[in-house]
Amino acid sequence: MIGHLLRRIIGGLIVLLALSALIYALFYLAPSDPAILACGKGCTPERLADVRTAMGLDEPVLTQYWHFLQGIVAGRDYPFGPGVRHCPAPCLGYSFETSQPVTTLLLDRIPVSFSLALGAEILSLTLGIGTGLLSGTRRFRWFDRLVNGLVLAGYATPVFLVGLLLLLLFCVHLQWLPFPTYVPFTTDPLLWAQNLILPWISLAVIQTAAYARLTRAGLADSLAEDHIRTARAYGIPERRILWRKALRGALLPLVTLTAVDLAQIITSAVLTETMFGLPGVGQLLVGAVNQIDLPVVVGVTLVTGLIMVCANAAADLLYAAVDPRVELR
Amino acid sequence: MIRDLLRDRGFVAGAVIATGMVLVAVTAPLLAALAGQDYTTYHDTLLDSARGGVPIGAFGGISGEHWLGVEPGTGRDLFARLVYGAQVSLGVGIGATVLEVLLGVTVGVAAGLGGRWADAGLSRVIDLVLSVPSLVLAISLLAIVPQDWPRPIILAVVIAVLGWGGTARISRGETLTLRTRDYVAAAQVAGAPWWRVARREILPGLTAPILTYAALLLPTNMVVEAGLSFLGVGVRPPTPSWGQMLSTATTWFRADPAYVFLPGLLLFLTLLSFVLVANGLRRVLDPRQREVLR
Repeated sequence: MIGHLLRRIIGGLIVLLALSALIYALFYLAPSDPAILACGKGCTPERLADVRTAMGLDEPVLTQYWHFLQGIVAGRDYPFGPGVRHCPAPCLGYSFETSQPVTTLLLDRIPVSFSLALGAEILSLTLGIGTGLLSGTRRFRWFDRLVNGLVLAGYATPVFLVGLLLLLLFCVHLQWLPFPTYVPFTTDPLLWAQNLILPWISLAVIQTAAYARLTRAGLADSLAEDHIRTARAYGIPERRILWRKALRGALLPLVTLTAVDLAQIITSAVLTETMFGLPGVGQLLVGAVNQIDLPVVVGVTLVTGLIMVCANAAADLLYAAVDPRVELR
Repeated sequence: MIRDLLRDRGFVAGAVIATGMVLVAVTAPLLAALAGQDYTTYHDTLLDSARGGVPIGAFGGISGEHWLGVEPGTGRDLFARLVYGAQVSLGVGIGATVLEVLLGVTVGVAAGLGGRWADAGLSRVIDLVLSVPSLVLAISLLAIVPQDWPRPIILAVVIAVLGWGGTARISRGETLTLRTRDYVAAAQVAGAPWWRVARREILPGLTAPILTYAALLLPTNMVVEAGLSFLGVGVRPPTPSWGQMLSTATTWFRADPAYVFLPGLLLFLTLLSFVLVANGLRRVLDPRQREVLR
């Protein structure tokens, strides 16, 4: 187990290193000039020259990349104009547009993205497994059909469309809710939830459809297995078969999906955050793109990569932990 | 098989709407000319400047001249913008899907047929593509691409480059199964070169699973395009796209709700029709799914 864990961590680190090299090469060897892309909207020739020397863009790319890696481990100082901008230890770059280290900008935003993702994941798991089970037992034919239709519709509905309609209905038409503004959980948990409920719902729609479909298919597969038939032959009540035996097999694949999906939502909630004006990582990225702030773009891309790699590793370990058939090599 | 498909009401409805949308996209210039409108002309006189530029008249200013009304703020003809928007949505979606299938099948079959090292190396690449945060990377890439490059093509390429992992994984898996079959082994023993084995023995067996998968990829790619255009990194104005129109609608939905519904409804209907087609195809082509999906 420990050996496997170690191998997994080293493998993940290698993937991360490859990813960072790839991203660095993409952004700094692209046909556009990185200095212009990092200089911001109100760019002057003097400022451009300052940014160019500060980022060390005149040096060979490999040296630049090496300095970048050094910055992540040991921090880095950028000589900018007359002064020096310090960027402490896990330094992912320095945003000259906002005069802040990228790491600081990211740390401010991650709680928002995490709140959004966690709520949406819990909501969609509950709703998805619930509807999947109800339709999987095939007790109600019409319900089964309804779920099937909703699952298909869920696939065809972009997140921002759901968000727009929810805003239109609840904030403009019925006026039950104010327009969402982010309130930290530590300030007021109730207001936190109230402001996040619409974003949660719009994110959960698609995920719920996917979970319902998986639960339903999983239950059908698991009910068809031999040990269920044996249990039925022994006269064990159907309800007990369902809850004790079939459910276990049906929900196993979901467990591993959860970790990856949570990471997916954290990294791909860009649309929801923009739609509802939530100051998360996605909004930081879109803002940086519009403000022409390359270091932030690179930083966000790297951190989302890190989150995905960790989630994939966690999923593998979880899978081995819950499914006795999987042996760790 | 075709009879099975035609018995599926969802598939038929989806196929009809999807075909209609493709026709609309192809004949967009013709349709706009028929309406006597184009998608760039501003009509200031049709806007109520006292209310911030909302179209005059009911339902976004519908009239004999402007069949679906005009855009708030600019007064551009909505019908023309919507039919041209279909071009971007479908063009980018189909283009990206075709590229993904080409790339994915090539890599997948190469991994499945190649030796141990080729398979190990390519599988790692596939894993990497699958675990990359694609939406974030797409936004970042589109931000650094020079602005004068042809935007729809760039969009399709970026979506495809970040999204071929699934196709590759399925192709690899199917190839690994197929190569254990006797007829493939026979071809190999008879001395057929690897490319002939791939083309004559493996590819026909891949058609059904790849077709089912690609059918669902198409609407997914269209959603991605709409999302990217919604975020402002998609096609450049004045080229219209449904996603971009929806993003404009976010600033107008209090004053002019009609403007949200038209692009939204079109996008939803088009996506739903393609999902229904994909669902029908899967039912027929994948016998395992038949019972489960009923």
